Amino acid sequence: MAKFTAKPAELLKIDFKTPKTDWMDTPVEIREHMYCHPSKAKDLETVGFPNIHEWKPVDENWNLPENWKETVINGIKERLQKYRSFHVFMDICVRCGACADKCHFYLGTGDPKNMPVLRAELLRSVYRKYFTTGGKIFGKTAGARELTEDVLKEIWYYYYQCTECRRCSVFCPYGIDQAEITMIGRELTNLLGLQLGWIAGPVANCYMKGNHLGLEPHTIKSNIEFMLDDIETLTGIRINPTFNRKGAEILFVTPSGDLFGVPGVYTAMGYLMLFHELGLDYTWSTYASEGGNFGFFTSNEMAKRLNSKIYAEAKRLGVKWILGGECGHMWRVLHQYMDTWNGPADFLEVPKSPITGTVFDNAKSTKMTHISEFTADLIRHGKLKLDPGRNDHLKVTFHDSCNTSRGMGMFEEPRYVIKNVCNHFYEMPENTIREKTFCCGSGTGLNASENMELRMRGGFPRANAVRYVHEQHGVNMLANICAIDRATLSASMDYWVPGVGVAGISELVANALVMKGEKERTQDLRLEPLPQKSGEKEGAENV
Amino acid sequence: MNLNELLLKKRQTILKKWFDSVLETYPQDTANFLKRQKDQFANPVGSTIYNGMDSLLEELLNGGDTDKISTFLDNIIRIRAIQDFTPSQALAFVIQLKRVVREELINENKESQFADELLAFERRADDLMLLSFDIYMKCREKIYDLKANELRNMTSKLLERANLIFEAQYRKIDLEEVLQGNKLERGE
Ligand code: SF4
Ligand code: SF4
Repeated sequence: MAKFTAKPAELLKIDFKTPKTDWMDTPVEIREHMYCHPSKAKDLETVGFPNIHEWKPVDENWNLPENWKETVINGIKERLQKYRSFHVFMDICVRCGACADKCHFYLGTGDPKNMPVLRAELLRSVYRKYFTTGGKIFGKTAGARELTEDVLKEIWYYYYQCTECRRCSVFCPYGIDQAEITMIGRELTNLLGLQLGWIAGPVANCYMKGNHLGLEPHTIKSNIEFMLDDIETLTGIRINPTFNRKGAEILFVTPSGDLFGVPGVYTAMGYLMLFHELGLDYTWSTYASEGGNFGFFTSNEMAKRLNSKIYAEAKRLGVKWILGGECGHMWRVLHQYMDTWNGPADFLEVPKSPITGTVFDNAKSTKMTHISEFTADLIRHGKLKLDPGRNDHLKVTFHDSCNTSRGMGMFEEPRYVIKNVCNHFYEMPENTIREKTFCCGSGTGLNASENMELRMRGGFPRANAVRYVHEQHGVNMLANICAIDRATLSASMDYWVPGVGVAGISELVANALVMKGEKERTQDLRLEPLPQKSGEKEGAENV
Repeated sequence: MNLNELLLKKRQTILKKWFDSVLETYPQDTANFLKRQKDQFANPVGSTIYNGMDSLLEELLNGGDTDKISTFLDNIIRIRAIQDFTPSQALAFVIQLKRVVREELINENKESQFADELLAFERRADDLMLLSFDIYMKCREKIYDLKANELRNMTSKLLERANLIFEAQYRKIDLEEVLQGNKLERGE
């Protein structure tokens, strides 16, 4: 909603026509509900980020350091030298427009500067001015422009309206990846202390305590014990997982969001039940207690620092390999960066399922396997006793998270798992799933609450496809393998498609999992009544 | 021919003009896209608004089922309530329908012929406007709810546990202190 600025006379004229101006001549207007609050100084201090200062996005004066311009230009220069991809992306766009209408933020806001091609131009125009001969000489006619405070503000505003989802790159004939351009743009804002609170807080927590929420070891442990109580109520089985246990075969790492929030905790309960049933020799760690990495939304260097604890902890505990839970950006980082940053993890072995003997060769270098791969393999080998009827109250669709789909190419495993644990599965339309999936609208640290309108706008294309299967097939559960999705899609569904819940796949697995020695289950993991089996219904009728 | 029949005949023209009046509230490039792209998943905003208007018109001219009308209005307003519009801008499209219909009648030189019926039609459009206010407010309230709920969901297990601890302690006080108090009172 925009601010009430119209005067009575203006209200009478109801044609609210939008003026036509060229994008370069349309100054940025920073609007409420579209951005996240600035970071707290103490969080930036904790990790030693530069140029910490007081500022507000809507203020005229951002109190930038005196040499801000030089900092940005040198920052661009350094990154052009360091990342060949960035340099190429700055040069090769032919402005064909194929990407223009593929961004969920453009689709939801209608703001042309949210077209990926224009989002890139915001920075590219500055690149041209300072790093190309044409731009230096011809200026605006060559698509170049001076770096001014307004230009900087514009880059900041729109680079925090991009979730680095890479959907646009799927449609670009040159494979230009706006996600990488946004990463660089955000690094530049980080050099000037223009970080978001919602990102800097988790980064500082993660640096000090090992996880985004800043949970200390005893809190993690007692939270998991709390879940164990619920599992006992449900199944009659008391599970005793271990923490920080040296000599375990497997280290399990998952996003901390699932240890606290609803519906994430049900996913975590799912892991506990599955591992118990398998008798897996694994351990939780209260130090490598975060698979996610908000550092990834600040700078490459910070992401690397936060990520280092995973291999370090695996080494300290002497495990053979690492198993990872359901998370989106965590997997982008693990799959594409961890090995180069903090590897080689030659003290680990190539992951091998102790239950099926399958060797996960795809994880040969990272030594880390995804829970969906692991579970799909178990099902494939008939190692799980499953009663999908326990999920019969659910009509399920699957949301491909940007990071697991476009970031690591995982499409089939989660679907295979769902189809084996649920009887009712419906795909959303083809142009909204798999590599063309729509972002939840709140990734890359934009899942704060003050920017709820931005999130709802960006989340609409995804929700619109969910609404379709909801109306067509009565879908009432949106499954996914990402902790941020579990939180943010819940809000999105609540606004756009009430009546559709959100669940991690491991929750659905545990619902269906018939455990040795369990009592007859009457409730699902949410402690809600299970659907009556048709046999039971008949029996009841006969009485 | 009565007004309804005339409007039914001109339904496509009216719909087009009405939809165009909404498109004008978006930047030009965006308006072109919203109009051109027909795939409902590639163009969720344009198609939802267009289909909503189409169904609204259908219902206004043929039926008048308030539940259906509310649903169609909701589909459109839910989008505009979170986009960059003031409340008046978000809802102006409802009034635009009156203008479009009247202009069509003027073009056909039939404004006076249908004066009474037109008045009745415009009254129905006014009802739509009132309904729209309610829907708009509900959408806005939902946004505030979401903010509050999300925080609660994020920490719900913490809160639950805190409550349990509190309850347990409360019970302890309850039993020990109250019993003690009772004993004292009874002079035991
Ligand atoms: S699709 Fe690629 S080349 Fe075409 S405008 Fe977009 S970024 Fe440029
Ligand atoms: S990476 Fe995603 S959010 Fe960013 S411009 Fe491309 S489509 Fe939009």
